Amino acid sequence: MTVIEFKNVSKAFHRAVGQRLLRHYLEDLMGKSDPDSFHALKNVNFAIKDGESVAVIGANGAGKSTLLSLVTRLAPPSTGQVTINGRVAALLELGAGFHPDLTGRENIRLNASLLGFSRKQASELYETIVDFSELHDFIDEPLRTYSNGMMLRLAFSVAVNLDPEILIIDEVLAVGDQQFQTKCIDKIFEIRNQGKTILCVSHVGPLLESLCTRALWLDHGQLVMDGPTHEVLQAYEGRTLHAPSE
Amino acid sequence: MTSLWNGDYLFLLENLIVKDFKIRYRNMSLGVFWSLLNPLILMGVLTFVFTKVMPNAVPNFPLFVLCGLVPFNFFTVAWNNGTISIANNAGLIKRIPVPREIVPIATVLSTTIHLGIQIALLLIITLAFGRGVNVYWLWLPLLWALEVMFVCGLVLATSALDVYLRDMRYIVESACTVLFWLVPIFYTLDIVPRQYVTVYEFNPLAALILGLRRILYEGVSPNGDAGLVYKLAFTSTVTFIAGLTIFSRLKHKFFDYL
Repeated sequence: MTVIEFKNVSKAFHRAVGQRLLRHYLEDLMGKSDPDSFHALKNVNFAIKDGESVAVIGANGAGKSTLLSLVTRLAPPSTGQVTINGRVAALLELGAGFHPDLTGRENIRLNASLLGFSRKQASELYETIVDFSELHDFIDEPLRTYSNGMMLRLAFSVAVNLDPEILIIDEVLAVGDQQFQTKCIDKIFEIRNQGKTILCVSHVGPLLESLCTRALWLDHGQLVMDGPTHEVLQAYEGRTLHAPSE
Repeated sequence: MTSLWNGDYLFLLENLIVKDFKIRYRNMSLGVFWSLLNPLILMGVLTFVFTKVMPNAVPNFPLFVLCGLVPFNFFTVAWNNGTISIANNAGLIKRIPVPREIVPIATVLSTTIHLGIQIALLLIITLAFGRGVNVYWLWLPLLWALEVMFVCGLVLATSALDVYLRDMRYIVESACTVLFWLVPIFYTLDIVPRQYVTVYEFNPLAALILGLRRILYEGVSPNGDAGLVYKLAFTSTVTFIAGLTIFSRLKHKFFDYL
Protein backbone atom coordinates (compact mmCIF):
# COMPACT_ATOMS: atom_id res chain seq x y z
CA MET A 1 0.00 0.00 0.00
CA THR A 2 1.24 3.49 -0.82
CA VAL A 3 1.20 5.65 2.29
CA ILE A 4 2.75 8.87 0.98
CA GLU A 5 2.38 10.03 -2.60
CA PHE A 6 3.53 13.30 -4.21
CA LYS A 7 2.28 14.03 -7.74
CA ASN A 8 3.85 17.02 -9.51
CA VAL A 9 4.03 18.85 -6.21
CA SER A 10 5.31 22.43 -6.12
CA LYS A 11 5.36 24.81 -3.20
CA ALA A 12 5.99 28.51 -3.61
CA PHE A 13 6.58 31.04 -0.87
CA HIS A 14 6.57 34.78 -1.11
CA ARG A 15 9.89 36.38 -0.78
CA ALA A 16 9.48 38.73 2.12
CA VAL A 17 10.78 41.89 0.52
CA GLY A 18 10.37 44.38 3.30
CA GLN A 19 6.92 45.34 4.41
CA ARG A 20 3.81 43.61 3.17
CA LEU A 21 1.13 46.14 2.55
CA LEU A 22 -2.58 45.75 1.98
CA ARG A 23 -1.95 45.98 -1.76
CA HIS A 24 0.10 42.76 -1.70
CA TYR A 25 -2.64 40.84 0.07
CA LEU A 26 -5.26 42.08 -2.35
CA GLU A 27 -3.07 40.98 -5.27
CA ASP A 28 -2.77 37.59 -3.58
CA LEU A 29 -6.50 37.24 -3.19
CA MET A 30 -7.08 38.24 -6.80
CA GLY A 31 -4.71 35.42 -7.77
CA LYS A 32 -2.24 37.74 -9.43
CA SER A 33 1.05 35.95 -9.97
CA ASP A 34 3.83 37.14 -7.73
CA PRO A 35 7.11 37.79 -9.57
CA ASP A 36 8.99 37.58 -6.27
CA SER A 37 7.73 34.13 -5.34
CA PHE A 38 10.30 31.54 -4.45
CA HIS A 39 9.87 27.84 -5.20
CA ALA A 40 10.83 25.73 -2.22
CA LEU A 41 9.74 22.60 -4.12
CA LYS A 42 9.46 22.19 -7.87
CA ASN A 43 7.57 19.35 -9.53
CA VAL A 44 8.39 16.67 -7.00
CA ASN A 45 7.13 13.13 -7.67
CA PHE A 46 7.58 10.10 -5.47
CA ALA A 47 5.62 7.40 -3.67
CA ILE A 48 6.48 5.68 -0.41
CA LYS A 49 5.07 2.28 0.47
CA ASP A 50 3.96 0.95 3.81
CA GLY A 51 6.95 -0.04 5.96
CA GLU A 52 9.59 1.73 3.92
CA SER A 53 12.16 3.89 5.70
CA VAL A 54 13.27 6.78 3.59
CA ALA A 55 15.93 9.43 4.12
CA VAL A 56 15.67 12.94 2.75
CA ILE A 57 19.01 14.59 2.11
CA GLY A 58 20.18 17.86 0.64
CA ALA A 59 21.95 21.10 1.48
CA ASN A 60 20.39 23.73 3.74
CA GLY A 61 17.49 25.38 1.97
CA ALA A 62 17.04 22.53 -0.51
CA GLY A 63 13.40 22.07 0.50
CA LYS A 64 13.65 19.23 3.03
CA SER A 65 11.64 20.89 5.78
CA THR A 66 9.08 22.14 3.29
CA LEU A 67 8.64 18.58 2.07
CA LEU A 68 8.05 17.38 5.63
CA SER A 69 5.52 20.15 6.30
CA LEU A 70 3.57 18.99 3.24
CA VAL A 71 3.65 15.37 4.44
CA THR A 72 2.28 16.45 7.82
CA ARG A 73 -0.35 18.59 6.04
CA LEU A 74 0.73 21.66 7.93
CA ALA A 75 0.92 23.46 4.61
CA PRO A 76 -0.99 22.81 1.39
CA PRO A 77 0.96 22.43 -1.87
CA SER A 78 0.82 25.36 -4.32
CA THR A 79 0.18 22.96 -7.19
CA GLY A 80 0.07 19.17 -7.48
CA GLN A 81 -1.33 16.54 -5.19
CA VAL A 82 -0.22 15.14 -1.85
CA THR A 83 -1.85 11.91 -0.64
CA ILE A 84 -1.25 10.53 2.85
CA ASN A 85 -2.70 7.35 4.35
CA GLY A 86 -2.08 6.78 8.04
CA ARG A 87 -1.48 8.50 11.33
CA VAL A 88 1.57 10.74 11.19
CA ALA A 89 3.76 11.62 14.14
CA ALA A 90 6.14 14.39 13.36
CA LEU A 91 9.28 15.08 15.33
CA LEU A 92 9.67 18.31 13.42
CA GLU A 93 10.75 20.61 16.16
CA LEU A 94 10.87 19.04 19.55
CA GLY A 95 9.07 20.98 22.20
CA ALA A 96 6.63 22.81 19.92
CA GLY A 97 3.67 23.52 22.17
CA PHE A 98 5.64 23.28 25.40
CA HIS A 99 5.19 26.14 27.82
CA PRO A 100 8.00 27.24 30.17
CA ASP A 101 5.65 28.11 33.05
CA LEU A 102 4.02 24.67 33.17
CA THR A 103 5.62 21.74 34.97
CA GLY A 104 6.99 18.72 33.18
CA ARG A 105 3.90 16.75 34.14
CA GLU A 106 1.52 19.44 32.83
CA ASN A 107 3.51 19.76 29.63
CA ILE A 108 3.35 16.00 29.00
CA ARG A 109 -0.42 16.13 29.30
CA LEU A 110 -0.74 19.20 27.09
CA ASN A 111 1.65 17.88 24.47
CA ALA A 112 -0.06 14.48 24.47
CA SER A 113 -3.42 16.12 23.74
CA LEU A 114 -1.89 18.29 21.01
CA LEU A 115 -0.37 15.26 19.34
CA GLY A 116 -3.72 13.49 19.37
CA PHE A 117 -3.61 11.22 22.41
CA SER A 118 -6.96 10.58 24.07
CA ARG A 119 -7.39 11.19 27.80
CA LYS A 120 -7.14 7.45 28.47
CA GLN A 121 -4.01 6.96 26.35
CA ALA A 122 -2.36 9.97 27.96
CA SER A 123 -2.89 8.58 31.46
CA GLU A 124 -1.80 5.09 30.42
CA LEU A 125 1.34 6.30 28.67
CA TYR A 126 2.30 8.87 31.29
CA GLU A 127 4.54 6.48 33.25
CA THR A 128 6.15 5.11 30.08
CA ILE A 129 6.93 8.64 28.93
CA VAL A 130 8.46 9.68 32.25
CA ASP A 131 10.42 6.43 32.50
CA PHE A 132 11.77 6.91 29.00
CA SER A 133 12.82 10.48 29.73
CA GLU A 134 14.44 9.51 33.09
CA LEU A 135 13.32 12.86 34.50
CA HIS A 136 11.39 11.58 37.53
CA ASP A 137 13.05 14.00 39.96
CA PHE A 138 12.16 17.10 37.95
CA ILE A 139 8.71 16.24 36.67
CA ASP A 140 6.88 18.66 38.98
CA GLU A 141 9.27 21.55 38.32
CA PRO A 142 8.37 24.25 35.79
CA LEU A 143 9.93 23.68 32.39
CA ARG A 144 11.87 26.95 32.48
CA THR A 145 14.12 25.42 35.14
CA TYR A 146 15.06 22.56 32.77
CA SER A 147 18.25 22.56 30.77
CA ASN A 148 17.91 22.47 27.01
CA GLY A 149 18.91 18.81 26.96
CA MET A 150 16.30 17.90 29.58
CA MET A 151 13.59 19.72 27.62
CA LEU A 152 14.47 17.82 24.45
CA ARG A 153 14.46 14.53 26.35
CA LEU A 154 10.96 15.18 27.55
CA ALA A 155 9.72 16.25 24.12
CA PHE A 156 11.26 13.24 22.40
CA SER A 157 9.78 10.89 24.98
CA VAL A 158 6.27 12.21 24.38
CA ALA A 159 6.47 12.18 20.60
CA VAL A 160 8.07 8.78 20.20
CA ASN A 161 5.55 7.04 22.41
CA LEU A 162 2.58 8.13 20.29
CA ASP A 163 2.65 4.82 18.38
CA PRO A 164 2.53 6.40 14.92
CA GLU A 165 2.03 4.67 11.59
CA ILE A 166 4.30 7.16 9.87
CA LEU A 167 7.20 8.65 11.86
CA ILE A 168 8.80 11.83 10.60
CA ILE A 169 12.14 12.86 12.03
CA ASP A 170 13.72 16.22 11.21
CA GLU A 171 17.30 16.51 12.46
CA VAL A 172 16.26 15.93 16.01
CA LEU A 173 18.49 12.97 16.73
CA ALA A 174 20.98 15.08 18.63
CA VAL A 175 19.01 14.74 21.84
CA GLY A 176 20.77 14.89 25.18
CA ASP A 177 23.96 13.06 26.07
CA GLN A 178 25.55 10.09 24.29
CA GLN A 179 23.70 7.55 26.39
CA PHE A 180 20.29 9.12 25.79
CA GLN A 181 21.01 9.56 22.08
CA THR A 182 21.72 5.86 21.78
CA LYS A 183 18.43 5.17 23.54
CA CYS A 184 16.54 7.42 21.10
CA ILE A 185 18.14 5.82 18.10
CA ASP A 186 17.34 2.36 19.47
CA LYS A 187 13.72 3.46 19.89
CA ILE A 188 13.56 4.67 16.29
CA PHE A 189 14.99 1.36 15.07
CA GLU A 190 12.42 -0.44 17.20
CA ILE A 191 9.63 1.56 15.53
CA ARG A 192 11.08 0.76 12.11
CA ASN A 193 11.32 -2.91 12.92
CA GLN A 194 7.63 -2.92 13.84
CA GLY A 195 7.03 -2.23 10.15
CA LYS A 196 6.19 1.47 10.50
CA THR A 197 6.98 3.93 7.74
CA ILE A 198 9.80 6.35 8.53
CA LEU A 199 10.75 9.58 6.81
CA CYS A 200 14.01 10.97 8.16
CA VAL A 201 16.00 14.13 7.56
CA SER A 202 19.51 14.11 8.95
CA HIS A 203 23.07 15.03 8.12
CA VAL A 204 24.48 11.99 9.86
CA GLY A 205 25.40 9.74 6.93
CA PRO A 206 26.21 6.48 8.72
CA LEU A 207 22.97 6.60 10.71
CA LEU A 208 20.88 7.17 7.59
CA GLU A 209 22.58 4.28 5.87
CA SER A 210 21.73 1.87 8.65
CA LEU A 211 18.22 3.22 9.29
CA CYS A 212 16.92 3.90 5.79
CA THR A 213 16.88 1.67 2.74
CA ARG A 214 16.04 4.44 0.33
CA ALA A 215 16.97 8.09 0.01
CA LEU A 216 15.59 11.15 -1.75
CA TRP A 217 18.05 13.87 -2.68
CA LEU A 218 16.65 17.36 -2.95
CA ASP A 219 18.55 20.19 -4.55
CA HIS A 220 17.09 23.69 -4.90
CA GLY A 221 13.61 22.27 -4.58
CA GLN A 222 14.04 19.57 -7.16
CA LEU A 223 14.23 15.84 -6.61
CA VAL A 224 17.54 15.02 -8.29
CA MET A 225 17.96 11.41 -7.17
CA ASP A 226 15.79 8.67 -5.69
CA GLY A 227 17.37 5.28 -4.94
CA PRO A 228 19.11 3.04 -2.40
CA THR A 229 20.53 5.12 0.47
CA HIS A 230 24.10 3.99 -0.13
CA GLU A 231 24.16 5.10 -3.76
CA VAL A 232 22.37 8.39 -3.17
CA LEU A 233 24.64 9.29 -0.27
CA GLN A 234 27.71 8.48 -2.36
CA ALA A 235 26.52 10.66 -5.21
CA TYR A 236 25.56 13.44 -2.79
CA GLU A 237 28.87 13.40 -0.99
CA GLY A 238 30.76 13.15 -4.27
CA ARG A 239 28.97 16.22 -5.57
CA THR A 240 29.67 18.15 -2.41
CA LEU A 241 33.35 17.25 -2.63
CA HIS A 242 33.66 18.26 -6.23
CA ALA A 243 31.85 21.55 -5.85
CA PRO A 244 33.11 22.86 -2.53
CA SER A 245 32.66 26.49 -3.53
CA GLU A 246 28.87 26.26 -3.66
CA MET B 1 -7.25 19.88 2.85
CA THR B 2 -8.33 17.43 5.50
CA SER B 3 -6.33 17.46 8.69
CA LEU B 4 -4.33 14.46 9.74
CA TRP B 5 -5.17 15.16 13.34
CA ASN B 6 -7.68 12.66 14.70
CA GLY B 7 -7.28 13.10 18.41
CA ASP B 8 -9.61 13.83 21.28
CA TYR B 9 -11.13 17.31 20.83
CA LEU B 10 -12.52 17.64 24.34
CA PHE B 11 -9.31 16.51 26.00
CA LEU B 12 -7.32 18.97 23.88
CA LEU B 13 -9.74 21.81 24.55
CA GLU B 14 -9.62 21.13 28.28
CA ASN B 15 -5.83 21.13 28.30
CA LEU B 16 -5.58 24.36 26.32
CA ILE B 17 -8.06 26.12 28.61
CA VAL B 18 -6.28 24.93 31.75
CA LYS B 19 -2.94 26.01 30.25
CA ASP B 20 -4.14 29.56 29.53
CA PHE B 21 -5.66 29.88 32.96
CA LYS B 22 -2.64 28.55 34.83
CA ILE B 23 -0.21 30.70 32.91
CA ARG B 24 -2.24 33.82 33.51
CA TYR B 25 -2.49 33.38 37.26
CA ARG B 26 0.49 31.32 38.33
CA ASN B 27 2.99 34.17 38.46
CA MET B 28 0.76 36.74 40.09
CA SER B 29 0.73 37.09 43.84
CA LEU B 30 -2.86 38.35 43.85
CA GLY B 31 -4.01 35.45 41.62
CA VAL B 32 -7.68 35.44 40.74
CA PHE B 33 -8.31 38.62 42.74
CA TRP B 34 -7.20 40.48 39.62
CA SER B 35 -10.45 39.33 38.04
CA LEU B 36 -12.38 41.15 40.75
CA LEU B 37 -10.21 44.23 41.00
CA ASN B 38 -10.76 45.61 37.51
CA PRO B 39 -14.59 45.76 37.57
CA LEU B 40 -14.62 46.91 41.22
CA ILE B 41 -12.29 49.85 40.55
CA LEU B 42 -14.19 50.88 37.41
CA MET B 43 -17.46 50.56 39.33
CA GLY B 44 -16.09 52.90 42.01
CA VAL B 45 -14.76 55.45 39.53
CA LEU B 46 -17.88 55.53 37.38
CA THR B 47 -20.09 55.77 40.47
CA PHE B 48 -18.06 58.74 41.69
CA VAL B 49 -18.28 60.49 38.29
CA PHE B 50 -21.99 59.89 37.76
CA THR B 51 -23.24 60.53 41.27
CA LYS B 52 -20.89 63.30 42.47
CA VAL B 53 -19.45 65.02 39.38
CA MET B 54 -22.35 64.66 36.96
CA PRO B 55 -25.21 63.43 39.12
CA ASN B 56 -27.97 61.47 37.38
CA ALA B 57 -31.30 60.05 38.46
CA VAL B 58 -30.44 56.33 38.24
CA PRO B 59 -30.86 54.80 41.72
CA ASN B 60 -28.38 52.19 43.02
CA PHE B 61 -25.85 53.32 40.46
CA PRO B 62 -23.03 50.88 41.48
CA LEU B 63 -25.22 47.86 40.72
CA PHE B 64 -26.55 49.51 37.56
CA VAL B 65 -23.07 50.12 36.17
CA LEU B 66 -21.67 46.72 37.24
CA CYS B 67 -24.36 44.99 35.12
CA GLY B 68 -22.65 46.70 32.18
CA LEU B 69 -19.03 46.39 33.28
CA VAL B 70 -18.92 42.63 33.82
CA PRO B 71 -20.07 41.63 30.31
CA PHE B 72 -18.02 44.43 28.74
CA ASN B 73 -14.86 43.42 30.57
CA PHE B 74 -15.23 39.79 29.47
CA PHE B 75 -15.98 40.88 25.92
CA THR B 76 -12.88 43.07 25.54
CA VAL B 77 -10.46 40.65 27.23
CA ALA B 78 -11.74 37.66 25.24
CA TRP B 79 -11.85 39.53 21.93
CA ASN B 80 -8.37 41.04 22.31
CA ASN B 81 -6.68 37.85 23.53
CA GLY B 82 -8.53 35.72 21.00
CA THR B 83 -7.53 37.95 18.10
CA ILE B 84 -3.81 37.50 18.71
CA SER B 85 -4.09 33.80 19.64
CA ILE B 86 -3.18 32.34 16.24
CA ALA B 87 -0.21 34.64 15.65
CA ASN B 88 0.98 34.14 19.24
CA ASN B 89 0.83 30.38 18.88
CA ALA B 90 2.73 30.36 15.58
CA GLY B 91 5.11 27.69 16.88
CA LEU B 92 2.20 25.39 17.50
CA ILE B 93 0.36 26.15 14.25
CA LYS B 94 3.48 25.60 12.15
CA ARG B 95 4.61 22.40 13.82
CA ILE B 96 1.60 20.40 14.98
CA PRO B 97 -1.40 19.64 12.77
CA VAL B 98 -3.98 20.41 15.48
CA PRO B 99 -7.37 21.63 14.26
CA ARG B 100 -6.76 25.36 14.00
CA GLU B 101 -10.21 26.47 15.19
CA ILE B 102 -9.50 25.09 18.62
CA VAL B 103 -6.79 27.66 19.43
CA PRO B 104 -8.92 30.86 19.38
CA ILE B 105 -11.93 29.05 20.86
CA ALA B 106 -9.84 27.76 23.77
CA THR B 107 -8.58 31.29 24.40
CA VAL B 108 -12.14 32.60 24.65
CA LEU B 109 -13.23 29.71 26.85
CA SER B 110 -10.31 30.17 29.25
CA THR B 111 -11.49 33.75 29.72
CA THR B 112 -14.86 32.39 30.83
CA ILE B 113 -13.23 31.13 34.04
CA HIS B 114 -12.39 34.74 34.77
CA LEU B 115 -15.95 35.67 33.72
CA GLY B 116 -17.36 33.12 36.18
CA ILE B 117 -15.56 34.83 39.05
CA GLN B 118 -16.93 38.21 37.96
CA ILE B 119 -20.46 36.82 37.63
CA ALA B 120 -20.20 35.59 41.21
CA LEU B 121 -19.19 39.12 42.24
CA LEU B 122 -22.10 40.61 40.30
CA LEU B 123 -24.61 38.25 41.92
CA ILE B 124 -23.25 38.94 45.40
CA ILE B 125 -23.52 42.69 44.84
CA THR B 126 -27.05 42.24 43.48
CA LEU B 127 -28.02 40.52 46.73
CA ALA B 128 -26.16 43.16 48.76
CA PHE B 129 -28.35 45.84 47.18
CA GLY B 130 -31.40 44.02 48.46
CA ARG B 131 -32.47 42.58 45.10
CA GLY B 132 -33.68 39.05 45.77
CA VAL B 133 -33.37 35.98 43.57
CA ASN B 134 -36.21 35.86 41.07
CA VAL B 135 -37.47 33.34 38.51
CA TYR B 136 -35.88 35.31 35.67
CA TRP B 137 -32.42 34.30 36.93
CA LEU B 138 -33.07 31.10 34.96
CA TRP B 139 -32.40 33.15 31.81
CA LEU B 140 -28.86 34.04 32.94
CA PRO B 141 -27.02 30.91 31.72
CA LEU B 142 -28.60 31.26 28.29
CA LEU B 143 -27.67 34.93 28.03
CA TRP B 144 -24.04 34.25 29.00
CA ALA B 145 -23.83 31.27 26.63
CA LEU B 146 -25.05 33.45 23.78
CA GLU B 147 -22.42 36.07 24.55
CA VAL B 148 -19.67 33.44 24.60
CA MET B 149 -20.89 32.17 21.24
CA PHE B 150 -20.92 35.70 19.87
CA VAL B 151 -17.35 36.36 21.02
CA CYS B 152 -16.19 33.00 19.60
CA GLY B 153 -17.59 34.03 16.22
CA LEU B 154 -15.88 37.42 16.33
CA VAL B 155 -12.60 35.92 17.48
CA LEU B 156 -12.60 33.25 14.75
CA ALA B 157 -12.88 36.00 12.14
CA THR B 158 -10.41 38.47 13.64
CA SER B 159 -7.77 35.90 14.68
CA ALA B 160 -7.65 34.52 11.13
CA LEU B 161 -7.46 38.03 9.65
CA ASP B 162 -4.75 38.96 12.15
CA VAL B 163 -2.44 36.36 10.56
CA TYR B 164 -2.58 38.24 7.25
CA LEU B 165 -2.93 41.76 8.56
CA ARG B 166 -1.24 42.21 11.90
CA ASP B 167 -2.99 45.60 12.18
CA MET B 168 -6.14 43.67 13.06
CA ARG B 169 -5.23 43.60 16.76
CA TYR B 170 -5.09 47.41 16.86
CA ILE B 171 -8.38 47.68 15.03
CA VAL B 172 -9.92 45.41 17.67
CA GLU B 173 -8.38 47.45 20.49
CA SER B 174 -9.78 50.67 19.06
CA ALA B 175 -13.17 49.08 18.45
CA CYS B 176 -13.33 48.12 22.14
CA THR B 177 -12.62 51.71 23.22
CA VAL B 178 -15.36 52.98 20.93
CA LEU B 179 -17.79 50.30 22.14
CA PHE B 180 -17.41 51.42 25.75
CA TRP B 181 -19.31 54.56 24.74
CA LEU B 182 -21.70 52.98 22.24
CA VAL B 183 -22.90 50.29 24.64
CA PRO B 184 -25.24 51.40 27.46
CA ILE B 185 -22.80 50.78 30.32
CA PHE B 186 -23.26 54.03 32.26
CA TYR B 187 -26.50 55.29 30.70
CA THR B 188 -29.98 53.85 30.27
CA LEU B 189 -31.62 52.90 26.99
CA ASP B 190 -34.43 55.38 27.79
CA ILE B 191 -32.23 58.37 27.01
CA VAL B 192 -31.16 56.90 23.65
CA PRO B 193 -33.18 58.52 20.78
CA ARG B 194 -35.93 56.18 19.59
CA GLN B 195 -34.60 55.69 16.07
CA TYR B 196 -31.38 54.10 17.44
CA VAL B 197 -32.98 51.73 19.93
CA THR B 198 -33.31 48.85 17.43
CA VAL B 199 -29.61 49.14 16.58
CA TYR B 200 -28.82 48.78 20.28
CA GLU B 201 -31.04 45.72 20.59
CA PHE B 202 -29.35 44.03 17.63
CA ASN B 203 -25.90 44.66 19.12
CA PRO B 204 -25.33 41.44 21.10
CA LEU B 205 -23.20 43.15 23.73
CA ALA B 206 -25.74 45.92 24.32
CA ALA B 207 -28.57 43.38 24.31
CA LEU B 208 -26.81 41.30 26.95
CA ILE B 209 -26.32 44.33 29.19
CA LEU B 210 -29.96 45.35 28.78
CA GLY B 211 -31.06 41.78 29.51
CA LEU B 212 -28.90 41.53 32.61
CA ARG B 213 -30.24 44.81 33.91
CA ARG B 214 -33.83 43.74 33.43
CA ILE B 215 -33.20 40.49 35.33
CA LEU B 216 -30.90 41.63 38.15
CA TYR B 217 -31.64 45.32 38.55
CA GLU B 218 -35.31 45.65 37.64
CA GLY B 219 -36.40 42.07 38.39
CA VAL B 220 -38.39 41.68 35.17
CA SER B 221 -38.20 39.33 32.19
CA PRO B 222 -35.21 40.05 29.91
CA ASN B 223 -37.31 39.82 26.77
CA GLY B 224 -39.31 43.02 27.23
CA ASP B 225 -41.76 43.91 24.45
CA ALA B 226 -39.11 43.61 21.76
CA GLY B 227 -38.08 39.94 22.11
CA LEU B 228 -34.56 40.94 23.15
CA VAL B 229 -33.33 37.38 23.76
CA TYR B 230 -34.46 36.27 20.30
CA LYS B 231 -32.53 39.14 18.74
CA LEU B 232 -29.48 38.24 20.82
CA ALA B 233 -29.78 34.56 19.79
CA PHE B 234 -30.15 35.56 16.15
CA THR B 235 -27.13 37.88 15.97
CA SER B 236 -24.92 35.51 18.01
CA THR B 237 -25.72 32.56 15.75
CA VAL B 238 -25.14 34.57 12.58
CA THR B 239 -21.84 35.92 13.93
CA PHE B 240 -20.66 32.45 14.94
CA ILE B 241 -21.44 30.92 11.54
CA ALA B 242 -19.85 33.85 9.72
CA GLY B 243 -16.74 33.58 11.93
CA LEU B 244 -16.39 29.85 11.26
CA THR B 245 -16.79 30.40 7.51
CA ILE B 246 -14.18 33.15 7.38
CA PHE B 247 -11.79 31.08 9.49
CA SER B 248 -12.06 27.95 7.38
CA ARG B 249 -11.51 30.00 4.22
CA LEU B 250 -8.34 31.56 5.60
CA LYS B 251 -6.77 28.75 7.64
CA HIS B 252 -5.06 26.94 4.76
CA LYS B 253 -2.50 29.65 4.29
CA PHE B 254 -1.66 30.24 7.97
CA PHE B 255 1.55 28.25 7.52
CA ASP B 256 2.79 30.51 4.72
CA TYR B 257 2.06 33.74 6.54
CA LEU B 258 3.21 32.98 10.08
